[in-house]
Amino acid sequence: MTVTARTIISVRGLVKSYGTFTVLHGIDLDIAEGEVVCVIGPSGSGKSTLIRCINHLEAFSPESIITVDGIQVKPGAALAKVRAEVGMVFQSFNLFPHMTVLKNVMLAPMRVRGMAEAEAAQKARELLARVGIAEQADKYPGQLSGGQQQRVAIARALAMQPKVLLFDEPTSALDPEMVGEVLDVMRRLAGTGVTMVVVTHEMGFARQVADRVIFMDGGRLVEMGSPSTIFDTPREERTRSFLRAVLNH
Amino acid sequence: MNLVNTFFNAGVFLESLPQLLWGLVVTLEIGLVSIVAGLVGGLVLAVARLYSPALIRLFIRAYVDVFRSIPLLVLLIVVYYALPFVGIRLSPFFSAVTALSLVSAAYTAEIFRAGIEAIPHGQFEASAALGLSNRHTMVDVILPQAIRIVIPPLTNNCINVLKDTALASVVAMPDLLKQATQAQALAANPTPLIGAAAIYVLLLWPMVAVVSRLETHFSRGKR
Ligand SMILES: Nc1ncnc2c1ncn2[C@@H]1O[C@H](COP(=O)(O)OP(=O)(O)OP(=O)(O)O)[C@@H](O)[C@H]1O
Ligand SMILES: [Mg+2]
Repeated sequence: MTVTARTIISVRGLVKSYGTFTVLHGIDLDIAEGEVVCVIGPSGSGKSTLIRCINHLEAFSPESIITVDGIQVKPGAALAKVRAEVGMVFQSFNLFPHMTVLKNVMLAPMRVRGMAEAEAAQKARELLARVGIAEQADKYPGQLSGGQQQRVAIARALAMQPKVLLFDEPTSALDPEMVGEVLDVMRRLAGTGVTMVVVTHEMGFARQVADRVIFMDGGRLVEMGSPSTIFDTPREERTRSFLRAVLNH
Repeated sequence: MNLVNTFFNAGVFLESLPQLLWGLVVTLEIGLVSIVAGLVGGLVLAVARLYSPALIRLFIRAYVDVFRSIPLLVLLIVVYYALPFVGIRLSPFFSAVTALSLVSAAYTAEIFRAGIEAIPHGQFEASAALGLSNRHTMVDVILPQAIRIVIPPLTNNCINVLKDTALASVVAMPDLLKQATQAQALAANPTPLIGAAAIYVLLLWPMVAVVSRLETHFSRGKR
């Protein structure tokens, strides 16, 4: 990461509550273009909520300000622009089960970008080849393994040529033998200049691929820094005890 | 023998058959127009209930509840006999179609709502994350999946609408039932009524059978 890289995601004073229960207590965070950020932390610490605020899948308090590529994230016409720039990969894939794999990948470029069908199909085949499942293009999601489905989901997100990709525990729903193939695809993506924010329990992946690791607890950013700082010399006791727990089990 | 001559009198039946068939045409006209209007209205209500501001949602809910509570016969009589007092005078055909469509739209809205709600939330989220508009989310993602779920109850609703067209005879609509009662009076023999009943059954039995098959088919598809 060069220090001159410009900020693509800016989060200022992000507060999110469900009724009287506050889930995020004023988060400040800047993410640079091309940066790969891994978010770790215990269950319920607000990791998913944080990244779901970035593309406004969750509404947040109106005083909070999030911008993506200079566009403020708020309900209204600009939100469509933000979402076109920000791809998301979910823990549970969320592929469209009534469409073939190819159509899953083609849909958004055609509907949102107005791309012609032939071009969308060609782009989709290229992307499926890139994630290593070109030969599954005409199958339905239900006929694929979990690892293959998640790779389709990544291709579907990439089809919009997003500047930012959000991942919410992309390997947590997978059988152990399929985790590697998905992480491999993500590792290759990390070198391509796309900004990635990855909520993960895969500490090995975070250490190896992240430019920066963020540790969250209780709705706050407790500590962030390079992987070696966070994993080898964490300052905060909460970070240390979390890492002890996950690395030793 | 006497019984056969009374209820299944071939001569009377053949005599009244053209009249019954004209009645069937009217019944089908009322039924089909009401079914289409109810489907369109119900779909609009169901989608609006998903995306409109709270006040309109409340209004739609009230509409659905009211029109599912009111007996169709009462509604039909109100439309035909009461509305003229406020200057709204509908023909028997439009009275029947209006009453049937209003009620069918309420039931259809509930069916579509249940179908849409049965689609996992992740489908909406994935669509939103891709930047799809509400319209594309519905048309490309949600409705194609919901349609599988709603086809059996929608077919059931169509059957009910077709059956309920018989109520149109109380506002002097020459539908199948009305024609049959007139033919019966003319011939002083109930055979036309039996004929009309048989025609209703012949019309609806296939649909009933289709629904049963769809229901077993879909319930087997589920785990
Ligand atoms: N719809 C909701 N209503 C009320 N509380 C919610 C809702 N969604 C999440 N929460 C609460 O918000 C907090 C943060 O949830 P979040 O899903 O962001 O945590 P997380 O860090 O992603 O956890 P996990 O590792 O289990 O996915 C939790 O305490 C959770 O119970
Ligand atoms: Mg989570």
